[in-house]
Amino acid sequence: MDKVLKDIKQALQLAGLRDGMTLSFHHHLRNGDFVLNQVLAAADQLGFRDLHVNTSSLFDIHAPLIELIRRGVVTHLECNYMSARIGREISHGLLEDPVIFRTHGGRPADIAQGRSPIDIAFIAAPTADKMGNISGKYGPSACGSLGYAMADAAYAKKVVAVTDHLVPYPLADVSISETDVDYVVEIDRIGNPEGIVSGTTKITRDPIGLLMAQYACRAIDASGLLKDGFSFQTGAGGASLATAAFLKDLMLEKKIHGSFGMGGITAYLVQMLEEGCFESLMDVQCFDLEAVRSIREDRRHCEVSALKYAGPRPDVKSSLVDNLDVVILGATEMDKDFNVNVHTNSQGEIMGGSGGHSDTAAGAKMAMIIAPLIRARLPLIVDQLACISTPGESIDCLVTQYGLAVNPRREDLLARFKEAKLPLLTMEELQQKAESFSGKPQPLDLSGRVVGKVRYRDGRIISELHEVKD
Amino acid sequence: MQIRREAIAGTLESSDVLIKMEPSGHPLEVILSSPVKAQYGASIEAQVRQWLNEAGVSVGRVELEDKGALDCTIMARLKTCLARASEPEKAEGGQA
Repeated sequence: MDKVLKDIKQALQLAGLRDGMTLSFHHHLRNGDFVLNQVLAAADQLGFRDLHVNTSSLFDIHAPLIELIRRGVVTHLECNYMSARIGREISHGLLEDPVIFRTHGGRPADIAQGRSPIDIAFIAAPTADKMGNISGKYGPSACGSLGYAMADAAYAKKVVAVTDHLVPYPLADVSISETDVDYVVEIDRIGNPEGIVSGTTKITRDPIGLLMAQYACRAIDASGLLKDGFSFQTGAGGASLATAAFLKDLMLEKKIHGSFGMGGITAYLVQMLEEGCFESLMDVQCFDLEAVRSIREDRRHCEVSALKYAGPRPDVKSSLVDNLDVVILGATEMDKDFNVNVHTNSQGEIMGGSGGHSDTAAGAKMAMIIAPLIRARLPLIVDQLACISTPGESIDCLVTQYGLAVNPRREDLLARFKEAKLPLLTMEELQQKAESFSGKPQPLDLSGRVVGKVRYRDGRIISELHEVKD
Repeated sequence: MQIRREAIAGTLESSDVLIKMEPSGHPLEVILSSPVKAQYGASIEAQVRQWLNEAGVSVGRVELEDKGALDCTIMARLKTCLARASEPEKAEGGQA
């Protein structure tokens, strides 16, 4: 037998698509993904309406979705991250139903527990065989880890693998198994691997960014966490990567042998693995093609599901974030209580999302925000956030170019940083400093109707996003 | 001072502002575009008008394409732009 169908339309029909159903997708091909657009175009051509889309993330490449929403083909969105092109439209009232924003750990937990059922999951499969064994590591559109797609494959009522690289049965190195897959469709190209590369995957050369990275590295050194067994995650921002580079040198110098690096994996974490800073890498998605190469070739570089990466207890018994020592995260704005906004820009328009931000912040022993105190006049620290993405109680410190602020909850860290002679300020002092340059900003108008809801990893709606008036 | 001819000052780099002035024969018109308009638009416009007023400019068109410049930067660009715009004859050389 085999499960290979002639095209996506046939898969939609055999999977029993009806108006109002939920389709799911994953974002490992990031801004190079061709699958979501092709599936929704096929559903549109077949005349389906009122479809719900649940995807781990939406990127600018998914802009055709805007027109499908205008025409009523898609009427509901759920995702963990939404880049600016679609985000702006949502913020200006495109969709009547508020978008549900989850975290990378909350989404698979909700899927697994039946709180957000999926009718048909589409897996962009860089390699598949005729029975639907899937790997992300091989093929012309290889993207490495398929961590976010695993819950979709395991729990959706129907699962369709869409591939551009059909190989003889059985595929040996499998990420998602034939036991979960109903149909396989071969198309010309599932994506453009160039689009996998995250916006910022280069170390910053900006002296302010480098200064912040130095402070961050000194803070990690002073935290007491940097010892054998150390575990670490960083995002792909320029200053975060610079911190990783400084940290690598420090770990090699002090001969510290860490346990694991995690994340969104970049070439810098791969380098840390290869030079002996870590025993393994836990990879839920690859941020660049060097990470894709590494996960294919190096057994220490492990693919993990989003549930294992960041699933919240008690939905999972435990997950990797629970054993994370240090995570370095970004912020577009913060308030004096250390709450963080990573969903909107300064105008209140959606241009991001939690992703794993709040999951790792909740789990890590030290969750560190690294961000410049002022960006193009806008102070980082404001009186009222347009959105709370990550609650301040899970953030331990903030690193800026003018110094660090430590959450008052963490007296132990404060004492350690003092001893290390790091420049320490309070959030109030940092806010005043920024306002002495920029002036006090007028608060944003948050009276527009609700266009998005932020669902924290424990299922609580912790914030609402408001329509931005033109 | 008066806006006698077209002039520009500044750049479109982040944290800078590009200012254009031109004679219009109409009461002073200040047009601001800025990513921080919601937070600082009213204050920028009020300061620009006040400074131009003090410099004696009451006629002309001033366009600010702001990229998040601080007030000191805006004022410096504004002064330079007005110096260029108020020259009776076209100056030699580039302007930036």
